[in-house]
Amino acid sequence: MIYPVVEVRGLVNRFGDQLVHDGLDMEVRAHEVFGIVGGSGAGKSVLLRTILGLRRPQAGAVRIEGLDITRLTDEQLYAVKARYGVTFQHGALFSALTVLQNVQLPMIEHLRLTPTELDELAMLKIRLVGLAPEAARKFPAQLSGGMIKRAALARAMALDPMLLLLDEPTAGLDPIGAAAFDELLVHLQRELDLTVVMITHDLDTIFRTCNRVGVIVDRRMESDTLEGIVNHPNPWIRAYFRGERATRRGLRARRAT
Amino acid sequence: MYIAAERRAEELRLTLSDHWRAGALVQLDAALAALDIANAPQIVIDPAALSSLDLAGAWRLRKLIAAASAAGSRVRFAGTPPPQLTLIDEVLGQPGSAAAPGRPAAGADAPLPQHMKPDGTAAAPLVLEDFDFEEPVAAIGKKTLERFHETALGLGFLGRLSIIFLRALLRPRHLRPTSIARHIYDTGITAIPIVALIAFLISIIVAYLGAQQLQYFGAEIFVVDLVTIGTLRELGVLLTAIIVAGRSGSAFAAEIGSMQLNEEVDALKAIGVEPYEVLVVPRIIGLVVALPLLTVIADVIGLAGGAILCRFLLDMPVTQYLTRANDAIGNATFWVGFMKAPVFAILIALAGTYRGMQVQGSSRELGRLTTTAVVQAIFLVILADALFAVLFMEIGL
Repeated sequence: MIYPVVEVRGLVNRFGDQLVHDGLDMEVRAHEVFGIVGGSGAGKSVLLRTILGLRRPQAGAVRIEGLDITRLTDEQLYAVKARYGVTFQHGALFSALTVLQNVQLPMIEHLRLTPTELDELAMLKIRLVGLAPEAARKFPAQLSGGMIKRAALARAMALDPMLLLLDEPTAGLDPIGAAAFDELLVHLQRELDLTVVMITHDLDTIFRTCNRVGVIVDRRMESDTLEGIVNHPNPWIRAYFRGERATRRGLRARRAT
Repeated sequence: MYIAAERRAEELRLTLSDHWRAGALVQLDAALAALDIANAPQIVIDPAALSSLDLAGAWRLRKLIAAASAAGSRVRFAGTPPPQLTLIDEVLGQPGSAAAPGRPAAGADAPLPQHMKPDGTAAAPLVLEDFDFEEPVAAIGKKTLERFHETALGLGFLGRLSIIFLRALLRPRHLRPTSIARHIYDTGITAIPIVALIAFLISIIVAYLGAQQLQYFGAEIFVVDLVTIGTLRELGVLLTAIIVAGRSGSAFAAEIGSMQLNEEVDALKAIGVEPYEVLVVPRIIGLVVALPLLTVIADVIGLAGGAILCRFLLDMPVTQYLTRANDAIGNATFWVGFMKAPVFAILIALAGTYRGMQVQGSSRELGRLTTTAVVQAIFLVILADALFAVLFMEIGL
């Protein structure tokens, strides 16, 4: 039996009186790029935190490769965590460590490597995301916004995960930087056969990278292929993808492909 | 000039001029106060000569129109009303005075928030007839529940920490020796100069104070007892702990707190690293090692300070000071002070790391909780010291 890589069923998340998710379902299949879209405060980051096991939902199941992470013991969860890589919205690089040490930290935690191997592999990951070798010795505070996003991606790739979870990977980047990041992501995804789940607001990124899109509307998720979601009957989704900004970009993207 | 009035039979014509801007509100109000709009069935406002109008100016104009309408005048504009005024009407959600001339506009605004009088000034708070007796009771209840919640959180922190600490002891790989070494350096070695200086100064103050008083009885020799026992039992360890609470308690809270704000703690969890294991346990162990060592340094410097003062103020030879000190210090004197150090270290490290872990959301929280960490660390140290004093007295040390 082949499980979906990520499967969320009947998820309920509540903060006090505020219901964020009410019976949300989501399914991410192997080797696809799945975009999560939603209005501000719709609970995209909460959903990601729930998938990561950082937040225990009030109800529902979150399965990663068939394992319900809301029911796992710490040891089992530890093994699951080695299978995915995460980037956070603002990078969340460890500010006391250099880029190289940031990339090495998950490796030290999960793998048994000699110091030379550790350096070589971490350096490889840094080169892989398009950072110059000099950047490896820098601290996060010395990096530009685009370099932080790349360094965070390098750390997420440290353990050669099969699943990447990215929270707004191109937010705050200029259009050229964002396009370069998208290109890098698509390239890595193809070459390494990754499954990618990303939260994004950037319509360009969605049209360039995603195979399928899930939109959080009214505390649930509507997901479909890119073509399907653009023609979705829900008025909010229509406004999102067929608004003035969207059609201009979407048409251009369509024409380009 | 701002506004000029001209009466023609039934009609009052108001010509606006100059800059109606927020910076000129005082002069504008003076001009408006001098204006007489009474007994004018028809008011025509001509904004054509206005050099500029901002929203504050438009707000004054709106009030003028409202006042005129309330007084029974019919107000209209010569030409189109200024767009700023139209914008205000749009924002407030109703067609106000400008769009519908002549209609009474006073009181037609959107409902004002509570505690605001209709003219926009804050109402005097706590007027007796408005006094809401439910509010203070609800506040007490809310605070009580918050305290319970806080206690539960604190217990949760201690419980989780104990489990992770025990696990780390069983599996030494989880003890993070490099991290512990770094914290010993940060909290201990770098604190030596300030701890030594304070210990020196305090022992001099105590010795000087003692010398002055004991001279009346010709008992200067007891200055030595005062300084040595005072330093070893109480002052050395207590002052060191207070300095460390200010230095390292705040640093712990701020470091961990900023990692919380930067999502670094979440990143640790997502990687599969237990944040308590890498952030809290090494800090506690580091401080438990560093504070007793600092205490020894403070004791030595304190005794040396006493010796120097006795030599120069009381002309007491150093050998005599040492002999007397040797007699004054009992077997337990040093240990009574020294054994308090690890306890103080644990209290300081717990207060700092706990408050740091609590930081959520905003940098204002970070500042607040850092302050809380220091205040609580110092409070806990002094409270523990008092308990120790009672305990030692009971067991006769």
